[in-house]
Amino acid sequence: MPLTPAVTDLQQLKTHPAIAKLLAWNSAAVEGAKFDRDETTIYIERSWLREACVLLRDDPGCPFNFLSDVTCVDWFPSEPRFEVVYQLLSIPKKERVRLKVRLEGTAPAIDTVTSVWPAANYFEREVFDLFGIRFTGHPYLRRLLMPEDWEGYPLRKDYPVEGYR
Amino acid sequence: MILNMGPQHPSTHGVLRVILEIDGENVVRIMPDIGYLHTGIEKTCEAKFYQQVVPLTDRIDYLCPLTNNLCYVLAVEKLLGLEIPPKAQWMRVLLNELTRINSHLVWLGTHAMDIGALTVFLYCFREREDILRLFEAVSGQRMMTSYFRIGGLALEPPLGFFEQTRKFADRFPGKVDEYENLLTGNPIWMMRTKGVAKITAEDAIALGASGPTLRGSGVDFDLRRDIPYSGYENFKFKVPVSREGDVFARYMCRVQELRESIAIVQQALDGMPEGPIKADAPKIVLPDREKMKTQMEALIYHFKIITEGFAVPEGEVYQAVESPRGEMGYYVVSDGTPKPYRVHMRAACLANMQTLPKMCEGRLLADVIAAIGSIDIVLGEIDR
Repeated sequence: MPLTPAVTDLQQLKTHPAIAKLLAWNSAAVEGAKFDRDETTIYIERSWLREACVLLRDDPGCPFNFLSDVTCVDWFPSEPRFEVVYQLLSIPKKERVRLKVRLEGTAPAIDTVTSVWPAANYFEREVFDLFGIRFTGHPYLRRLLMPEDWEGYPLRKDYPVEGYR
Repeated sequence: MILNMGPQHPSTHGVLRVILEIDGENVVRIMPDIGYLHTGIEKTCEAKFYQQVVPLTDRIDYLCPLTNNLCYVLAVEKLLGLEIPPKAQWMRVLLNELTRINSHLVWLGTHAMDIGALTVFLYCFREREDILRLFEAVSGQRMMTSYFRIGGLALEPPLGFFEQTRKFADRFPGKVDEYENLLTGNPIWMMRTKGVAKITAEDAIALGASGPTLRGSGVDFDLRRDIPYSGYENFKFKVPVSREGDVFARYMCRVQELRESIAIVQQALDGMPEGPIKADAPKIVLPDREKMKTQMEALIYHFKIITEGFAVPEGEVYQAVESPRGEMGYYVVSDGTPKPYRVHMRAACLANMQTLPKMCEGRLLADVIAAIGSIDIVLGEIDR
């Protein structure tokens, strides 16, 4: 399938059901949207994340009841540095959507979504372990893959590939 | 009493450490501790060219290496906007299903061995030898094949490969009957697995379980049929679903999947199209070896692809496939350079393992072994 250019204009995309639902609820929560390579991405403002997730999970028209993945991308040195990415899937409607939240580089913190989808438990622990992003309200925020006494956050761009040891 | 089911244990299928708080024989709390196999593959991928990441992906879920290859390669092809020729797509489906059979045979052998049925292990590995020989014929490697490349396949399948595969496909359903004869109606097996480690459909969806762990609880969802990729829409197959949500239900799901997979292999062999095995993109796909030795342009393309890589347009893609364990996804972010900016692997088992506390708390210690086996974990995928 040859590539078509990405659509980033929120006005053009507001007919997409998930985007329309979010805009109807609270247009301040949606910072932007993108439709590229047959995938929809919605940029959510940080303080509205948990409620936006509850809205998308409980939407009767297209319930996004399955959290596929929580991960993070480090855009060092540009600010906002971190982008936390949530991949959602609606099992009844077989639709996917991606939510992104931008965080600043110093003391990045965001609400946990484990109360919305318990699946986020290990995913958020991994993001904390490898990027250093705190998830406020997480039941057990400890390092998952690295040893408990490890210092530093390995997947950040200023951490060398060979490591320090 | 706190008991440590340590990282070195024959029944944890890898280096999984489970901390159990038990009261007599009953499990009060269970907490998995992972990270013993963490090798930093995601960080390594950022330092390599796109085509150099393909051998790294083999080693993530080492029981189904071709499925990992497929997922990564599909993600990058989506980023590039490449059209894959039909023969490459059908070969991918054929080998993907053989890999699924391969992985389920290991699962069946080790799961049965944990519960005590030692004979099944050797029977399963006898069939696995035949499949590994097929992989060696087609790619030169038994396990870490790296046979799927960005743009198609690495090499043409050799002469005699399809005949060998057809002979295997003809005798395999009889072998599945052998395994079922030993286990399905066996009273000891049924007592050890029926009603054990149950999980409801709502809990499974909320905890992110996928694959047979989800289908064993009654949720009819399979990525091959519902969000098809790589030509799966051309194949007819049933998706086995069980209702009860216990270890026996997941066992039945996977054994039926063995039968469905071999039926897909037969369909792929019957309808295999002719044509090229690589996409028509000289800047991305390596040229034919003979052309490289005789034509100047092919030599230049070959040199440039190997030493400088190819630039991938900016963007990001999340591609998910149905691995034997569930939804395996690759999230690839590109910033316009020949090296990926971020590659993240969504491991099916990491989410499936979150169901362990729900399944095991309040049950007997021996059921923990059955539960771990029924989720079919592979630590390479969990830890990366």
